[in-house]
Parts: sequence; C-alpha cells; structure tokens
Amino acid sequence: METLEEKKAAVVEDFSMFDEWLDKYEYLIELGKKLESYPDEAKTEDKLIKGCQSRVWLDWEKKDGRIYFKADSDAIITKGIISLLIDVYSGSTAKQIAEDDFAFISEIGLRENLSPTRAGGLASMIETIKAVARSNE
Amino acid sequence: MAISSVRSLFPGLELSVYGRPLVYLDNAATSLRPMTVVEKWTQMAIDKNANIHRAVHKKASEATDEYEQAREAVRRFINASSREEIIFTSGTTASINLLAYSFGEAFIREGDEILILESEHHSDLVPWQIMAQRKSAVIKKLPVENDGRIDLQRLRENLSEKTKLLCCAQISNVLGLINPVKDVVNICHSVGCSVLVDGAQGVVHCKVDVQDLGCDFYAFSGHKMYAATGTGVLYGKKDLLDKMPPYMGGGEMIGSVSFEKSTFAPLPGKFEAGTQNINSVPTFVPAIEIVEMMRGKEFEESQRQIVEFVSAELQKDSMIKLYGEPKAIEEKVPLFSISVEGAHHEDLALILDKMGIAVRSGQMCAEPLMDRFGVTGMLRASFAPYNTIEEAEFFIQCLQKAIKMLS
Repeated sequence: METLEEKKAAVVEDFSMFDEWLDKYEYLIELGKKLESYPDEAKTEDKLIKGCQSRVWLDWEKKDGRIYFKADSDAIITKGIISLLIDVYSGSTAKQIAEDDFAFISEIGLRENLSPTRAGGLASMIETIKAVARSNE
Repeated sequence: MAISSVRSLFPGLELSVYGRPLVYLDNAATSLRPMTVVEKWTQMAIDKNANIHRAVHKKASEATDEYEQAREAVRRFINASSREEIIFTSGTTASINLLAYSFGEAFIREGDEILILESEHHSDLVPWQIMAQRKSAVIKKLPVENDGRIDLQRLRENLSEKTKLLCCAQISNVLGLINPVKDVVNICHSVGCSVLVDGAQGVVHCKVDVQDLGCDFYAFSGHKMYAATGTGVLYGKKDLLDKMPPYMGGGEMIGSVSFEKSTFAPLPGKFEAGTQNINSVPTFVPAIEIVEMMRGKEFEESQRQIVEFVSAELQKDSMIKLYGEPKAIEEKVPLFSISVEGAHHEDLALILDKMGIAVRSGQMCAEPLMDRFGVTGMLRASFAPYNTIEEAEFFIQCLQKAIKMLS
C-alpha cells in the first residue's frame, strides 16, 4: 500500500503536468465524477463542512487504527477537491494526519488557483480533516 | 456622452485578471468607481479633513459645505421636497435598520403587521424581524408569482387594517424586474399602510422621483451607484420622520444635554449620531453626475440591447432557467439570475472567474426566494450602463463553455 508521502508525491506529479488552470479544473471535475458514492442518509447537518459556499459532507470511520474518509458535494469542482484530499489521507493513522502540514496543496497550486471563497472552503475542508484526526489520537 | 468616453472614466474597466481583461458583471453587489469619485474622496481626505458642523475653523467649514452640498445633490437627485428628508447612513442596510428601530418605536403596537415582499434582500427582512420580536408585531410574506412579478390583487388581499408598513424593492437584486411601486403605494395608502421602497438597485437603473412614487421611505446605497463605499441614504417623509425617535444617541444628534434630560436636534441631524462618513459622503456629487450622464439615449439603447440579447440567449437553452421574466421588456434591467440543470452555480462562477468574468453565485442574500424557487443558489450577472453588448456576448460564450465543461 502507498504511504501518505507517496500519495502526496503522486498528486504533485499529476498536477505538474498541467500548465493551465483549465486543465486543473477538468482534472478536478473528473475526480469529482469518479468519487465513490456517498450514502444519502449520511448527508446530515453534523457532517456538513462549514465555511463552504456549496454543500460538502465528510464522514469517516476507523478501521485497524487507520482513518477512512467518505465525502460528497453538490458542486463538482468542490467534490473533486475533497475527493483528492480524502484519497490522500484515507488509510493514514490519526497521528500521521494530525501532524501533517498539508503543504502539498500549495505545491500543486490549488490554493492560489481558487477564488477567495473557494480557498476559504478548502481551508475548512483541511481543518475538518485535521479535527477528525485529532479527535481520534 | 458616448459609452466609450464614460468607460475611460472608470479605471476598473482597464483591469486584467489571470492575464485576461476583466469583465465586471457583479455591479448589483458593488459598482466600479469613476476617477471623479476617487478624486473627490482623496480630496476630502487630504484637503478638507475636518469634522463637520461644529467647529468654526476654515477646514471644518469647507468639509461641512461639501457634506451639505452632497445632501442637496441627493435631494435634487431623488426629488425630495426638503433637505430634512435626506438622512445619510452607511448604506441601505443601515438605512433600513434605522427605520426598523425608529418606525417601530413610533408606530408599531402589539399585533400590528409588516408585509414584506418574498423577493426582498435579507437587509429588508431581518431588521423587521428583530423589530417585530421586540414589539410583538407580525411579519407577513407577500408572495411573488412564478415569473417573479408582484400580483397587485394578491397585495390587496394581504393588506388589512393591521398592516402598518409594506416593504418592497423597486428592483429585486435577484429578479431584475422593475416593480410597479407607484401602484403598490396607491393601494397601500388607500388602507393607511406606509411603504418603504428598497432602492438599492432601483436608484441605479431608474430615474427616481420620490414625490411622484409617493412612497413614505426610500433607502439606497452609494457604493452601488459609483459613490464611495460606506455611504447610504434614507429618505423619509418629514411628517413621519418628525414623529420617530432617534436610532442612536450622541454627537451631532442632540439639542441640549443634561443628566436629567436630553433633547434632540431637528431633522436631519436627529438621525445622524456620531461622526459621519465625512470623507465619503461628498462623493455622492460626482457619483450622481455619472448616473445622470449614463441616462442618455445611447446608454438606454445599449442597456435594452443587452436585456434583449442576454434574455433571448439564456431562454434558448432548455437547461437554463432564468428567474424574473418580464411581461414587457421595459420591466427588466440587465440583471440576470439563472440556474442550470446539472451545473452548480458555484462551479459556473469559478470557471467564469478564470475566464476573466466576475459574476455572483449563491443565495444572493435572498434565501426565502431561493426556497420559493427550490434552488440552493443561482448564478447572477449584473450589468451597469458602462458594460457593453460585446461584454454580454463574451459572457454568453463563456457561460456556454463552462456549462459544457461541467456536463
């Protein structure tokens, strides 16, 4: 199984192929479309990530000491972004996630490529993932 | 004056984003500012910086003159009958909060009703809810029709002897339809109900004559009509304003003060407590000049051309739903809110942003209206008279590309 570091490196490599924002968005849209389906019954208020313009739900479970995330959004680019995040962090331990610096987000130019509201939404997604990890440490 | 000459006054129209020319279609949120406004703003901050009304020194007198000239310019602009009817505020929201407090204190008793149009901006709903809670009054909703228009018969049915105030925008910030304010006022007045018109969008697109409209109150912002940010106006009929208590205490609003009792200044000072936005209010003068300059025939034709073109293009696509459909073209201003089947408003706005187009997405501060139409949000493109038909064409092209990307 890939380690957290390997997964992050793979995402950075994927994104290094894109020069244009348009390609990045198309890639995120594809990721969003491919995201594993999320159960409707888990689309509850307490699973909504606050601070996003669109609705984003994040759910998780702990198996063998590792955390696995599930997520959904009604906006496809946001869904692509959360998909990318949960692909990277699912399967890591709570400690690994809580201690991670999430710097690869800046490396792939995602933060700069987003509008201020969207960047705020991204920050909220990261915060929520970290909070889940901390509550499991 | 030609559109191209007016455009040259707005440095914001020369900007680029992501290496592409900025196409600014978020004018309903805030307009761009012309150099004449920026210059007045700067001049006030540098040359005429003094507090107004009280001090006898030269700079205070210059600043006071500028401030009061702005009041006269606004009075003339909306044809109020006297300067006492023009209260400066920080914007439409502040105007309505002032009114909700002071009108509530003066005229609202337990069980009285405030009738509010379903399409109102939150700023014309929430202040009334706060007041209603304090005074045990009732907020009633006046529904809009499926096309976004007001049904006057429905208005008559919703009015009763308990209705003390009707709140309605001249133009909804979502629907872009010019409401029949004069008819609304006549109907309300016939049963003794006062009328507040939210003119935040209306003052930009319509020639406003408050005496002709007959409304009791009219609120608008400076920043949507090219003046400095943090400026606004509450117009009110003098006999009503006279009966209303002050909203805030302190500063310019006093008559005399002792620990036993204070008296209040006459209008308009009674409602202008504390140091006002003295550097910014004078920008109303050049802003009004620009508004009036952009009401010429060439602008009128260009606006109409944009309304016709964009409406037709949006209605061509069966996946697109346009909210606010006029019965006649004259009822619609170039403000278009849409939802697109299978494409989230936020995704569309994000892609358009990267193409250089600034539009709004979300609930547009009108959540009840979003619920009314069963959507979580909309995409809105709002044009100012300085926007061109070429920009409208570019917007449509880019919107089509964005929809394709998302489908």
